[in-house]
Amino acid sequence: MNDLLKDATVTSLLAKLEAREVSSEELVRAYVDRAGALGRLNVYAHLDADRALERARAIDADRAAGRPVGPLGGVPVAIKDVLCVEGEPTTCGSRMLRDFRPPYDATAIVKLREAGAVLFGKTNMDEFAMGSSTESSFHGPTLNPWDETRIPGGSSGGSAAAVAADLAPASLGTDTGGSIRQPASFCGVVGLKPTYGRVSRYGLIAFASSLDQIGPFTHDLADAALLLKVISGRDERDATSVDRPVPDYSASLDRKPESLRIGVAREFFTEGLDPEVESAVREAIRVYEKAGARIKEVSLPHSGYGIPVYYIVAPAECSSNLARYDGTIFGHRAEDWSPRYPGEEDLHPLVRMMMASRAEGFGAEVKRRIMLGTFALSAGYADQYYNQALKVRRLIRDDFDAAFQDVDVIVGPTSPTPAFELGGRSDDLLSMYLSDIYTVTANLAGIPGLSVPCGQTKTGLPIGLQLLAPAFAEESLLRAARVFERETDWHLRRPAIGS
Amino acid sequence: MSLSTEEVAKVAVLARLRLAPEELETFTGQLNAIVDYVAQLQALDTTGVEPLAHGVEVRNVFRDDARGPALPREAALANAPKRNAESFLVPAVLD
Repeated sequence: MNDLLKDATVTSLLAKLEAREVSSEELVRAYVDRAGALGRLNVYAHLDADRALERARAIDADRAAGRPVGPLGGVPVAIKDVLCVEGEPTTCGSRMLRDFRPPYDATAIVKLREAGAVLFGKTNMDEFAMGSSTESSFHGPTLNPWDETRIPGGSSGGSAAAVAADLAPASLGTDTGGSIRQPASFCGVVGLKPTYGRVSRYGLIAFASSLDQIGPFTHDLADAALLLKVISGRDERDATSVDRPVPDYSASLDRKPESLRIGVAREFFTEGLDPEVESAVREAIRVYEKAGARIKEVSLPHSGYGIPVYYIVAPAECSSNLARYDGTIFGHRAEDWSPRYPGEEDLHPLVRMMMASRAEGFGAEVKRRIMLGTFALSAGYADQYYNQALKVRRLIRDDFDAAFQDVDVIVGPTSPTPAFELGGRSDDLLSMYLSDIYTVTANLAGIPGLSVPCGQTKTGLPIGLQLLAPAFAEESLLRAARVFERETDWHLRRPAIGS
Repeated sequence: MSLSTEEVAKVAVLARLRLAPEELETFTGQLNAIVDYVAQLQALDTTGVEPLAHGVEVRNVFRDDARGPALPREAALANAPKRNAESFLVPAVLD
């Protein structure tokens, strides 16, 4: 590895850029070279080196001339391939969008540009962000940098692996049911899902609109605080983005929390939790205790219903959101839509064109969820399935509201197991879905959560600690996590990758 | 409950997905397994509970009804699978 990238963080690179020890162009070139050498990990779906270098040179010129370069001036940031970047392939890991080049930038991308970031590669992901392993991508799976026979988690697996493997110092991902936090835990990095409404979703290709949220992957909390501040804020183009001031998360990060009452939910330590994960998380709780935190048991009695609620709400919203891919305005269109199977002769040619285009453009998991959502919303079943799920969703949020009366944050494992083997769960849908059992409830309730590295298995696989906080309490979430980070060195460990 | 292949075929048309007969078999089995799993929600008593559509509830967001910039036609058409100089082209809608 180029020495420049060794142990690099956004903060350390910014210091070197400011001190003129390195130029953004050199930095981008080093990451481009490393991406070439580690192509086998399949982290990037697309990387336009020339465009990144051109942007880096422009920022170097601004800095040399004494012009302001922004809080991320010259630092490369990798982008999950679900976020629209004007003129760059944005495929969502799907054949459907293989040739799609968005005509505009997502708001989070505009904000990164304004902050002086160099937009780096587009990272691999589960198709339309539906999955927990990055195996359902049209581009093939991404490998876990800690063990290349294992998955990096998902759906933002490419963004997590990019940071873990030093293929970018930071990246953006999206989290609908755990898709930032779970891969962060599997790849030994920090992953933060903000409160619903904290970050604009404009230009984020929609999966489940009431759950989706954009957030950063970084090596440590200082970098997470920096990125979060850059991408947060009200946006006229997303009516669900909330008009609240954006705190300076970096400024408060190192202040000791005034109150640190840690909730431990008994429902997060149930059957199916890997013993090594459990012991790492119990040890993390002891670290908090020693640091002076008050540990309190709390109960989230409906959290066991999180996965079933999620697998109605998310597919229902996805079936509606993905209706736009009909081979008409953008995306894949089939060449041939003549009747092929029994019953198709009776359908209008336009309907057959849409059905054939969608059948060819979508992979199996996306089709499954569209079917499930269409069923859950169909006449005669909507009340029984969809509306009942929304009612249980409120019970899940009420559980959190009650628990946060007594504690400032809730900690537990991010995922029940460490990274599993490639292909290990492809045939068992429910076991794949259950890897999000501790993360989905935060999306349903709209609250923020993050995963920090808190240990390793005997075989060297990372383990993540999840922290959850009330809506818009990202500051206290980050500060509480920082108490743990300061006492431990798990965030400093990086995989030994031959290149 | 158990969904038949006929019911799943109907859902597939509503969802605008062409399914091969063997896919229809596979999906019927998988959908039944998932529907059985989520059916546990029905055991919960939710009498009097208001449905929650968004975790963070925001109401009545208004803005001025003012015209802003729009995508230029060429940019809007650039990703079309089939087009001419000014329109998206689709199979004939009217017979």
